[in-house]
Amino acid sequence: MLGNITVGQYFPGNSLLHRLDPRLKIVLLFLMLIEVFLLEKPAAYAFFTAVTVLFVVISRVPLRTFVRALKPLWWIVLFTFVIHLLTTPGREIFHAGILTISEEGLTKGCLISLRLVLLIVLSSLLTFTTSPLKLTDGMDALLSPGKRFGLPAHELAMMMTIALRFIPTLIEETDTIIKAQESRGADFTTGNMFVRLKNMLPILVPLFLSSFRRADELALAMEARCYRGGEGRTQMKELRFATWDGAAVLLFLLFTVAAFLLNHYL
Amino acid sequence: MSIEVSHVSYTYMPGTPLSRQALDDVSAVIPEGSVTAVAGHTGSGKSTFIQHLNGLLKPYTGKVFVDGTDLGDRSKKGKRALVQARRKVGMVFQYPEQQLFEETVAKDIAFGPRSLGLGESEIDERVKRAMDAVGLAYDEFADKPPFRLSGGQMRRVAIAGVLALEPAYLVLDEPTAGLDPRSREELLQQMMRLHRKQHTAIIFVSHHMDDILRLADTMLLFRDGKIAAKGAPREVFMQTELLKECGLRPPRIMELSSELCRAGYLSQMVYTEKELVDVLGRRLRDAR
Repeated sequence: MLGNITVGQYFPGNSLLHRLDPRLKIVLLFLMLIEVFLLEKPAAYAFFTAVTVLFVVISRVPLRTFVRALKPLWWIVLFTFVIHLLTTPGREIFHAGILTISEEGLTKGCLISLRLVLLIVLSSLLTFTTSPLKLTDGMDALLSPGKRFGLPAHELAMMMTIALRFIPTLIEETDTIIKAQESRGADFTTGNMFVRLKNMLPILVPLFLSSFRRADELALAMEARCYRGGEGRTQMKELRFATWDGAAVLLFLLFTVAAFLLNHYL
Repeated sequence: MSIEVSHVSYTYMPGTPLSRQALDDVSAVIPEGSVTAVAGHTGSGKSTFIQHLNGLLKPYTGKVFVDGTDLGDRSKKGKRALVQARRKVGMVFQYPEQQLFEETVAKDIAFGPRSLGLGESEIDERVKRAMDAVGLAYDEFADKPPFRLSGGQMRRVAIAGVLALEPAYLVLDEPTAGLDPRSREELLQQMMRLHRKQHTAIIFVSHHMDDILRLADTMLLFRDGKIAAKGAPREVFMQTELLKECGLRPPRIMELSSELCRAGYLSQMVYTEKELVDVLGRRLRDAR
């Protein structure tokens, strides 16, 4: 029932993207997300999309997984498209009553929706190709300069891993609870909004209870293993930049320059 | 009347690198009023199998019939039939106490009958009967919040919540997991009492081979999503090689009695403690 939620899911593999240093991957992704917002010309969009598709191909993560990642956000993409389609003034190509569609509106709608899709696919690429452990290490390392200003870098990274780690567990649990209540004749699909919300109680109460219990147990387990924050903690696998990481930086710079040129001079 | 599982296969997350075939061409018939045990190593497909019995999971290929109703029928009429059929098959999941949610024990047990649309007096009757079946005194527990009870009591409340649906088939996934020996034995006895009195068919998953041997009349042994053996527990447990391959050991009473057979103290296998004590006692008396 809830089996197709892909948030934070990791697909084990050994592709070039998998092997990239997580710190670098996070930084590059962040920069790319900013670049997506700077794109204006269709040619630049096309180039950017082509590169993203290339990433998807070399990540070896199945295409349908990305489709599933997009599914929950499909409505937002569509909504954005329609809004831009109808509200952008310009050369009229279609007119019906109060609705006017301009050529500019059509282009803009397409590009802005594409922008959303690119954002989703790129961020999914990060979690699909980076194990939660590496992701945390990367975040931890990147945030650690902030410690000087009182930023709890390690704690933030730890919270993120825990959240990611428990997504599948909670999904599985929700699934079981839904099944169990369904077996007792519960109905989650009919009735108006309030009836449905009320019908959700048999799921929500057990779910909250077990989340609290889990949090309690996890805290106890961490304390029992002498966890007391990142102070003086060492790592078995330290992050090191490899040749490929350097190459990736170069490729990224080349890519950025190309996108910039396409955006401004074509 | 029976639950009939015919050539069922099921795959989790098909088409992804995480896809895993949990059931592979499984067929079985569970007659009404029978006691069927489901055994197998972790990940052998037991839980997936039992979730097919009331249509919570839909087979990818194959069919499941409950008293002749096809659970895979996706037409409107078929879906209504599914709801009807689901009422006949009560499902108790692992650690069912984690699914309690109401303020009082009675209200929680009443959840099932209420969603069946029964009248208040009938609901009350059913709650009382269900609590009685699991050995919870109505006067003492009905108005207590379920979360204040002990683990074993909470589990009984949860099982009563399923029993209140008065199913013809009761499916339990490791009903005794995590209980202390006394609660365990009580729960099994209540399960069997229900079987004797109401003629409810019991289907239970268990890792306790001794329980299977003494309670079940049929067992299904799972391995890698297939049924490796089915039949009377006594016969299935004789296939020691197969059991080893499935990662299981025969019941202790059978291990002991086959050792005694080999050593010449027994002339034939015995299957119950009582029988063993009787036979050995007789031998001792004869020896004197």
